[in-house]
Amino acid sequence: MVTSMPQGTTSGRAVRGGQGKPLLSVRDFNVEYRTGSGATVHAVRGIDLDLYPGESLALVGESGCGKTTFGLGLLRLLPRLGHASGKVTFNRGDGTEIDILGLDGRDLRQFRWRDAAMVFQGAMNAFNPVLKIRGHMHDTMRAHTKATKQEIEERSAELLRLVRLEPERVMDCYPHELSGGMRQRVLIAMSLLLEPEVLILDEPTTALDILTQRSIVDVLHEVRERLGFSMIFISHDLALAAELADRVATMYAGRIVETGGVRDMFYQPRHPYTLGLIKAVPPIVGDLPDMESIPGGPPSLAALPPGCKFNPRCGFATAECQEADPPLIPVTDQQGSAHEVACIHSKDVHLDRRVQDDLGTAS
Amino acid sequence: MTATDTAPAAKAEGRTPLMTLNGVSQVFDTKAGPIRACDQVNLSINPGEVLCLVGESGSGKTTAARMAAGLAKPSDGTVAYNGIDIWSMNRRDFSTFRRGVQYVHQDPYASLNPTRTILQTITAPLLKHGVVKGSKAAAQRAAELLAKVDMTPPESFLSKYPHQLSGGQRQRISVARALTLDPKIIIADESTSMLDVSIRISVLAMLGRLRDELGVGFLFITHDLAIAKYFGWNGNTAVMYLGRIVEFGPTQQIINAPTHPYTRALIDAIPEPDPDLTKTKGAGSLRSLEIPSLAHLPVGCSFHPRCPRFEGGLCDGAVPELITVRPGQSTACHVVARDGAGDAEVRDEPVA
Repeated sequence: MVTSMPQGTTSGRAVRGGQGKPLLSVRDFNVEYRTGSGATVHAVRGIDLDLYPGESLALVGESGCGKTTFGLGLLRLLPRLGHASGKVTFNRGDGTEIDILGLDGRDLRQFRWRDAAMVFQGAMNAFNPVLKIRGHMHDTMRAHTKATKQEIEERSAELLRLVRLEPERVMDCYPHELSGGMRQRVLIAMSLLLEPEVLILDEPTTALDILTQRSIVDVLHEVRERLGFSMIFISHDLALAAELADRVATMYAGRIVETGGVRDMFYQPRHPYTLGLIKAVPPIVGDLPDMESIPGGPPSLAALPPGCKFNPRCGFATAECQEADPPLIPVTDQQGSAHEVACIHSKDVHLDRRVQDDLGTAS
Repeated sequence: MTATDTAPAAKAEGRTPLMTLNGVSQVFDTKAGPIRACDQVNLSINPGEVLCLVGESGSGKTTAARMAAGLAKPSDGTVAYNGIDIWSMNRRDFSTFRRGVQYVHQDPYASLNPTRTILQTITAPLLKHGVVKGSKAAAQRAAELLAKVDMTPPESFLSKYPHQLSGGQRQRISVARALTLDPKIIIADESTSMLDVSIRISVLAMLGRLRDELGVGFLFITHDLAIAKYFGWNGNTAVMYLGRIVEFGPTQQIINAPTHPYTRALIDAIPEPDPDLTKTKGAGSLRSLEIPSLAHLPVGCSFHPRCPRFEGGLCDGAVPELITVRPGQSTACHVVARDGAGDAEVRDEPVA
């Protein structure tokens, strides 16, 4: 379902996502998984989200918070038992608006890769093990464009060089011949083949070594500067979010519980869950701060607690928290910021990093 | 590496270390030729102390740990427990060693037998080594152990199977199993790397409590210096690269004032949970992203193809030895050896 908007004939990449309009606009997005015998599990519940052109958004949270399901749902990649509902509008640069959940067949194929692409977790599993990198590049391009062999070669080489790989060396390799970091970079290069407006990265650096992770982060900074795409990246590593994101959204039990600019989120988190996540990441510079873990684990999506879903693990919880799931409301004491939080005790939540003083200092 | 560098921690403390790795090497014969996964490694672990082993994949951390645990026989050098070489021990001493050194693996999904209940998993070593008599006493002890690793109430877990537990819970079971025989040393091989951030800290805090309360020594292996810092703040850290120890010293000095370019690169590569701070971090200072193959080690210092301080003629000549550059801290780097390491406090700017 593609509807043409009146103003749109501007071509090319100069105008991304229209005039100040969000590139991707998600409203009341829900994902349900059918789990046999008529039962369903609500994995993503009522997400509202706007992604603006050129923006980098981090989705953070523990495993089982619905981050990946949300990412897959945005690209209509859910398994057959998953059902997405709500409204996801993608705003093409030429003024066309697409209703992603209504797409099918050719239009859906057009949307994927060309408008939005995904870099999956576990680079090895995302490749066909019996196909060389060249094969992957050609397959992708041929499925979506009418590019000639020569053009495909050139485009692939260009992108591989952009992610700091030598095309001559990599193109003729099978996936297993590359190291984990190289594979991940090839995957990033591949996802950019058709110049998507939005790139969704699912745990792009998990399971990679620290220096390899650094190189992927640097590559992402670089290509984003060059190509100017928007990015949604899913991570449980808050340090990575601090590094790569302009905006952060914390997910818990399928909902966004806090969202805001990266500095607001890290210096003035207002949701106890975000606070807990930040406190659980040990910083490397300086002395040893007090670390705290969040007690317990994420709740089962099949049996969510009443009221605020975080209340059983929350240090701020009161009886009131069990009554209703608080809505996401703007933080009132900061005028004009896009910081929103779903917690009735948000005024009491403050990040206060104490350094342990009972321990000696260096040397 | 010279004999004077043997077990620096032990010398400083003036006690006999519980375990020493003395110039151990492990050479694997492969089609591509011999691979030195571990080359002349000297380490020592004292009771109740944490020794962190840090490095990238393929740096030989796990190989070193497997030799320390007696799971692999070193091609060269000796592993001694209580001062006796474990490979020339008599049966009784060897049994003491086996009971004294326990291993917690990386993957809690693979390291627990899926067909055994938690009770069976934990009581097996108790009964096998005759620590307790009878299944009733064993169950009693198992419940105590579960309480020790914060699995409360223990009764609700004993009859469960591993698949019914979360990753963090399984890892706690692995730790409880390691504790069954009152070990003196626990070798934790990337034991928290598969856990979620929030759970990781609680498992580390639990391990820290065991260290303090039971006086268990740790050989703590991780690729994440931030975790090493958190867990091993009062211990020592050895940084490994391609089978060799390139820097050794007290954790606080290694983190706040690293001298080896590789250690610096590792620290600079870690993103901070702080948006302003993380933007100030140096990026991309390495000359090459790829770690060389162990089968074709670079000549001289094996880090020289990637090192930002590389100097032709100096670094690609001889293999640098681990030499003391500051009290307690030693580094294997030609450039640092020549120019000196500078003051330990230079880099140290505590952040509130």
